[in-house]
Amino acid sequence: MNIALYKKLFLLRKAEEKIREHYHEDEMKTPMHMSMGEEAIAVGVCHALSVDDQIFGTYRSHAIYLAKTGDTDNFFAEMYGKDTSFQRGKAGSMHLCAPESGFMGTSAIVGGIIPVAVGAAFANKQKGNGKYTAVFFGDGAIDEGVFWESINLASIMKLPILFVCEDNNLAVHTHKSLRQGYKSITDIVSQFEFNVLSSETTDVELIHKLACNAKELIDSTQKPCFLNLKYYRYLEHVGIGEDFDRGYRSKDEFLKWYAVDPIALQRKKLIEKGCQEEEIQKIETDIDNQINNSIKLAKSAPFADECILYENVFA
Amino acid sequence: MRKITYCKALNEAMSQEMERDPDIFVYGIGAPDHVKVFGSTDGLVEKFGPDRCFDTPLAEDAMTGFGLGAAINGMRPIHIHIRVDFLLLAMNQLANMVSSYIYGTEGKLRVPLVIRVIVGRGWGQGFQHSKSLHSLFAHIPGLKVVLPTTPRDAKGLLISSIRDNNPVIFMEHRWLYWQEGEVPVDSFAIPLGEANILREGEDVTVVATSWMNVEALKAAEILKERGIGVEIIDPRTIAPFNDELIIKSVRKTGYCVVVDNDWLHCGFSAEVAARVSEKSFGLLKSPVQRIGFASTPCPTARHLENVFYPNAVNIIRTVEKMLKLSLTDLSNEEFYSHEKRFKGPF
Repeated sequence: MNIALYKKLFLLRKAEEKIREHYHEDEMKTPMHMSMGEEAIAVGVCHALSVDDQIFGTYRSHAIYLAKTGDTDNFFAEMYGKDTSFQRGKAGSMHLCAPESGFMGTSAIVGGIIPVAVGAAFANKQKGNGKYTAVFFGDGAIDEGVFWESINLASIMKLPILFVCEDNNLAVHTHKSLRQGYKSITDIVSQFEFNVLSSETTDVELIHKLACNAKELIDSTQKPCFLNLKYYRYLEHVGIGEDFDRGYRSKDEFLKWYAVDPIALQRKKLIEKGCQEEEIQKIETDIDNQINNSIKLAKSAPFADECILYENVFA
Repeated sequence: MRKITYCKALNEAMSQEMERDPDIFVYGIGAPDHVKVFGSTDGLVEKFGPDRCFDTPLAEDAMTGFGLGAAINGMRPIHIHIRVDFLLLAMNQLANMVSSYIYGTEGKLRVPLVIRVIVGRGWGQGFQHSKSLHSLFAHIPGLKVVLPTTPRDAKGLLISSIRDNNPVIFMEHRWLYWQEGEVPVDSFAIPLGEANILREGEDVTVVATSWMNVEALKAAEILKERGIGVEIIDPRTIAPFNDELIIKSVRKTGYCVVVDNDWLHCGFSAEVAARVSEKSFGLLKSPVQRIGFASTPCPTARHLENVFYPNAVNIIRTVEKMLKLSLTDLSNEEFYSHEKRFKGPF
């Protein structure tokens, strides 16, 4: 279990490190909204879900895509815009999707995906298939009106849905204190027919437990759940660089969070629990090889024929 | 064949389809209440229960995304708005989400979502309860836009829209709700993307949308007495738009008038004029003429509203000018007016 969580964490971090390594080659022509720093949220929550459970996200979805699917071949093929991705280059980094793994879609209008997840949860409830739905969004998305419409709706309809707020205090470069005229989102959501849980941990095991707890609450109360999870965005809003010199945040703040980096933390815990360094290194090498291979495949794959431009506008 | 109203035809289409397919559900502000969306949802909640016909918060944006989410998960939602104007609150969902979901997933996910919207007019609807906006929706790739005129079309096109695996905006003019016409009792489908010759004629082609077909039919009757044969083509589906019947008709008559139930600037009428020009330029005996709403917001007071909307008289005068005819004496004509019937408030 602990190793399984670490494998996923390492996969997410390594995949984005590889993006940073190759981005300058200008072959991945897609705006990258990097997940670095939030890996424990993606892994902790997705690990609590089954393959059939459904998730939705925003443009910042590398982490949840990889955590839910474990796939890197299709992921990198889409980053490179190649024919070997099922989306065939039409989507890119901002519109990842993998319906067969229950990853049902993403939106670059951050609040836009939230009601879609609510509708999906309604369909799951109607069909009585027992699937949970989880929707991931940042604290920027809650500034959009549709978030409020959606929590209201999920409350009224008593849907089996988990709202996961990846709360990093920032919307693009603007701090929450400049955007929100209230003190606590969790206090407000508590006024709805919702279960509300929150945490500031970067410990993936704790987040996993919290997500399992959320599922139980959804079942026992027949109400949706709002999970507010704090994290720190390591990189700039869009792009692969750091931006601590831009004046809107400080490197000290980053270092404070980096001291409890979710990947390093879980690695340390594994060692403490008696896991051998060699065993961990073997896992890391295997994942590194998997990603390198996926990138190699993506680079050498063909682009789709131009005629696909016109295909699938309609079903 | 038995005759029923346009409203009853809509109701019958939904009821028969819901009976056939348990994945279909109907929702919207007031969908199950006592008004029953002017009668069009009569009996649905009673017959299919509150899980399949339900009311919603005033949350047009979220309720549209909700329909999308249900549709990609195998349901077939029908979302109803009693005025098109309200759909503007859902433009993010329509233009950014709904329209591109199939494309973005390379066809792996389907979006069988019908959005029924009513176009208001008269008795003081004013500038926020009277828009048509079909051109706006038709502009966006990935949305189908349907405007039925006859009761038969209302039923057959709504059934096709429900069975379609794509998002369809289905636009119903409020005044058409009372129109009566022959409609088969059994379920039947009229394919989307096919125009209809509403009336045959040899001398001038009139392309009209929605309520404007009623005005065009009245104009055609009067012009017939002067020996002018008006051919009326109702495109019925403007996205996708099949112009074949229009082009064929214009090649025969050499004249084309477009009467759109919308503003003209950057509108569907301009699309028709462009297609006619591209495909039958040499055969046109006169430039295409367009008739539509005045280029203003819709006013409330009736005497202003009467000038805002085009009518049969405008069509007659346009045809006379095109064909270089003297003015017909219309002083004894009685023009169809729903002002006598439509007492509001909605």
